[in-house]
Amino acid sequence: MSTMWAASPSELLMQAATRTAGRRRSVARRRMTLIAGLVMLGLAIAAVLLAPVLVSYSPTAIDPLHPLAPPGTGGHLFGSDQYGRDLLARILYGGRIDLAIAFGATGVTLVGGTIIGLVAGYAGGKLDSFLMRLVDLFFAFPFLVLIIAIVAMLGPSIFNMFLAIWITSWVSYARIMRAQTVVAKKQQYVLAARALGYSPLRIMFRHILPTTASSVILFSMVDAVGNIILAASLGFLGLGAQPPSPEWGAMIADGQNYILTSWWLATIPGLAVVFVGVAFSLIGDGLADLLRAGDR
Amino acid sequence: MSRFGTLPRRLAHLVIVLFGITLVTFLLLRLIPGDPALAILGSSYTHERAVAIDNFLGLNRPIWTQYGLFMGRLFRGNLGFSFFYNLPAGTVIGRHIAPTLFLICYSAVLAAAISFPIGFRAGLRRGGALDQSARVFFTLSFAMPAFWLGIILIIVFSVHLHVFPLNGFGSGFIGHLYNLFLPALTIALGFSTVLVRSLRAATITTLQAEFVDTAQMKGIPWSQVLWRHVFRNAVLAVVAVYGVNLAYLISGTVLVENVFSLPGLGTLLVSSVADRDYPVVQGVTLLFAVLIVAINLLTDIVQAALDPRVGQEIGE
Repeated sequence: MSTMWAASPSELLMQAATRTAGRRRSVARRRMTLIAGLVMLGLAIAAVLLAPVLVSYSPTAIDPLHPLAPPGTGGHLFGSDQYGRDLLARILYGGRIDLAIAFGATGVTLVGGTIIGLVAGYAGGKLDSFLMRLVDLFFAFPFLVLIIAIVAMLGPSIFNMFLAIWITSWVSYARIMRAQTVVAKKQQYVLAARALGYSPLRIMFRHILPTTASSVILFSMVDAVGNIILAASLGFLGLGAQPPSPEWGAMIADGQNYILTSWWLATIPGLAVVFVGVAFSLIGDGLADLLRAGDR
Repeated sequence: MSRFGTLPRRLAHLVIVLFGITLVTFLLLRLIPGDPALAILGSSYTHERAVAIDNFLGLNRPIWTQYGLFMGRLFRGNLGFSFFYNLPAGTVIGRHIAPTLFLICYSAVLAAAISFPIGFRAGLRRGGALDQSARVFFTLSFAMPAFWLGIILIIVFSVHLHVFPLNGFGSGFIGHLYNLFLPALTIALGFSTVLVRSLRAATITTLQAEFVDTAQMKGIPWSQVLWRHVFRNAVLAVVAVYGVNLAYLISGTVLVENVFSLPGLGTLLVSSVADRDYPVVQGVTLLFAVLIVAINLLTDIVQAALDPRVGQEIGE
């Protein structure tokens, strides 16, 4: 395998996390990490879904009497923006877009990339070489730049942002899964399954996939953090969600115009990104600890 | 096998990747829905210009001929014409390279300065106070969008403390260093997450190596063992990580340039998207990809030069 494009930053982080996992921390503490992450993510999802119940404001309702109200004043818990729109309402409704991207983009590339990697690793030969050269090619571009370029050509919108992520982000999954499959292919249980005359499809999905899926699932947690940041980044650059729809990155960009007077506009939506990001990170760390601890 | 034994094969691989990059960049323009000539011209559309673009890109010819034309132009350094700036795209891009390169190098150096001491010490004293706090801090910073961190730094250091300017590239080398400190710090903090973790892991592994015990038994003072044996080997292991992740620096640069309104390639890329200046988008994408390939090659060479084992491992 080519070592030239060793790994993406997130892959390296995952490797570092799994390498040191399961050594010194107790089972209870490992579970705590996982549970903390799940609780945080659950809270975020609930808050976003229950937005109409939790806040009485509409995310686009203008309050001309209280523009740029600091947090806690004028009936706005997190303050209001230049049009008097409630920041909390905008964060909760906007989170629907960001969480949808975290799940939608990550889920699709997880499934797609895993299947491609599985097939490439199992089939080997020309198909494998072709797919892995393709993966190398994608890694030659900085992801953000390639995604911006694709969105630029298709036209900025949320759907095109999904499309750009789907086109580019399967490669990490494909490479991780392919490496795992190549190893698994030579092991006794696979050889036995082949000797029994099982079809390649059955061997790939019923035998190899269940034993190797943990690494791509772990990676998907790191990837979800990346995707939520990516969604916010594209929104910030004006390439994702378009105003007046509330999206965390777009809100931060909007708030940057008011940093001299109204710090809350740019900072609080960012805290939402960090909150969800940390939730996924903790789930990933906790899963890594639990899954890898059994191996040692 | 010689020290640089596998480099020729890697160079061949490199040429293939470079061709692939040009192919992807070429295909980007095909993603435009509708007539590319219409999209490229935008408001400066005239029938004559549209015909000229059709001929220039070879739009009425087979796609492989179009790619051939694209490559031919590329070898002559022609990236197309920017109708937004009314200049060749290559000229527009050339004007924006300096701030980006400066920022990338600056943040790479800062990242090393931040993460090497922290990562090394965290590895030496696992579970110690520094290790724990670094872990918490970098878990947070991994989930932090770079552009948001940049804005926080602006609010704290520029708006409230008035230590650094709000934006701008400054003039002269010292001026650049001063003006770009916050942008570079923003990128460096994000980059440090990966570096600290890798260096920490590498230090832990190196500490367990037999040559460390040998050195100790020979009576070499522990501080010297740490510096000359452990640190050097741990850093070696991180060089590869460093090179690979410079790609991350480039993504960070694109965002942070936009936060601090720096006149670099990232700002150009994003404004060109808004201006529908497709040749410039294409050119910047190509340039960044080539930059990454060059950096990766450089990392390989540096690694092979520093560590004689590297060439052999890859050769097998």
